[in-house]
Amino acid sequence: MTSPAATVRVAGGQGFWGDWLEAPYRQVTGGPVDYLMMDYLAEVTMSILQKQKSRDPARGYATDFVTQMERILPTTVKRGIKVTANAGGVNPRACAMAVADVARRLGLGGKLTIGVVTGDDLLGRLDGLLARGHALKNLDTGRPLRDVRDRVLSANAYLGAAPVVEALQRGAQVVITGRVTDTGLTLGPLMHAFGWAPDAWDRIAAGTVAGHIIECGAQCSGGNCLKDWKRIPDMANIGYPIVEARPDGTFDLIKHPATGGRIDVASVTEQLVYEMGDPGEYITPDGVADFTTIQLTQAGQDRVRVSGIKGKPATDKLKVSIAFFYGYKAIGTLVYAWPDALEKARAADRILRQRLKDLGLLFEAIHTEFLGANATHGPLALQDVDVAALPEVQLRIGVRARDEKPVDRFTREIAPLILNGPPSVTGFAGGRPKPEEIVAYWPALIDKRMVQPAVELIQA
Amino acid sequence: MKQRRSLGRTAGRSRARKVRLVDLAHARSGDKGDTANIGLIALKPRDYPLLVKQVTAARVARHFKGMITGKVERFELPNLYALNFLLHGALDGGGTISLKTDAQGKVFSTALLRLEIEVHT
Repeated sequence: MTSPAATVRVAGGQGFWGDWLEAPYRQVTGGPVDYLMMDYLAEVTMSILQKQKSRDPARGYATDFVTQMERILPTTVKRGIKVTANAGGVNPRACAMAVADVARRLGLGGKLTIGVVTGDDLLGRLDGLLARGHALKNLDTGRPLRDVRDRVLSANAYLGAAPVVEALQRGAQVVITGRVTDTGLTLGPLMHAFGWAPDAWDRIAAGTVAGHIIECGAQCSGGNCLKDWKRIPDMANIGYPIVEARPDGTFDLIKHPATGGRIDVASVTEQLVYEMGDPGEYITPDGVADFTTIQLTQAGQDRVRVSGIKGKPATDKLKVSIAFFYGYKAIGTLVYAWPDALEKARAADRILRQRLKDLGLLFEAIHTEFLGANATHGPLALQDVDVAALPEVQLRIGVRARDEKPVDRFTREIAPLILNGPPSVTGFAGGRPKPEEIVAYWPALIDKRMVQPAVELIQA
Repeated sequence: MKQRRSLGRTAGRSRARKVRLVDLAHARSGDKGDTANIGLIALKPRDYPLLVKQVTAARVARHFKGMITGKVERFELPNLYALNFLLHGALDGGGTISLKTDAQGKVFSTALLRLEIEVHT
């Protein structure tokens, strides 16, 4: 190993599959960075990818990542920027092959080593694990997995930074993983660059917090920031975040010069509390970070210094993300205009519910919202509002059932209301809503010993 | 401060006024299954003790009555001048199961900012 670097810059390039396509290119060309991390996997993404793979064994990964790599590889290879991404989904090897093909097409054959991290996929091992007494109980409900075993579509353990570190140490310039934690994609590069030990708990916690801050892309650099939002400059040209880390575990949050957005204590704090549980126990496979120890200071314009972070040893469990088939849902909408917009929408809701009842349709849930009135703030929203003055209201009714039949029948009950319900109604141009399959999420824990991450290298 | 409304109580040395949280704090929320989290952050550090004292778990549970089916938990982050609330049973099952527009609780935080607390001046 070479001697540890003085500072290392990890850039956040994608906060989710579907994030801004311009961001990765801007991150690798807008100024110096050492690593680019990209997060692609939400909780139910794995089940969609598993379905694709079952139809075509060469699929099952985030195809947009390959398109991105085609655009940025010439720059990353030239500048020595390494990439970590969990774009491999349920088929990291196929994803790596596709990136290798792209590299060869770009004339980079022989110049690129791709690391592939697997071992997270437990779908094929589920019955063996259940037979050996691993109940994979639902963390929220306590129910054992055998209750829904025949409907399971995917099951993946969350791997930590360790296999990412191994891939980098063996010379990978691009590391493509399956279900590695979002934070591991940032922590891995820092452990590798600084030679942090896996039990240097404060450092591990610091790298984890760094990863948490940039894992949602621009959501820490002015995007979706409530404080002073009208004065956040040049959002069209928003700069995605960069962690500038030091070997002692302190780091600065920055962005490239001449980009928009804002990095200040407020924007970073908002991201720190996003999706937070118990702040004293932010648990990852790598360790446990204590968010009540984080100190933030404004160290310059668009530069926030993060220090003081304390960590605790990792637990002996890994989280498992399981997706299973749940049932069907459909959502129908109609728009009612002034006068009495809300009253008309409420009447339409009552009529529709009566008809569903008269048809004898059974639903697990029927949910009504009046957009423009109460969809986001419920009853709190209408306390200070002159309801009669509302210019328009969208009626939005959703139904959910285990069977498709009642849901399908519901979708045919929306349009008739235009002619046989309350007046001044429009907004049905989209046609009849479609019943949608519900794939639900089942969080569980498993003993760490049962999961063995694997790393292989592929040469382009 | 134009949005602060007088409570009309002038007796005693200090005047108490009702102030909406939107004038004292900013917030962000997200989800974990059927639980919404709300991170409530004081706009000015000096107002953090007010939030700690008045924006209790019980108060937040009352505010969201009828909108959540489970309990409310509160955690303190004095280092960030922030409180974190977990609102259980807030998302109609959460994630893909939920029929709500805000199935992931993204804007639950803004509903909390409607809460009024008392400020003495």
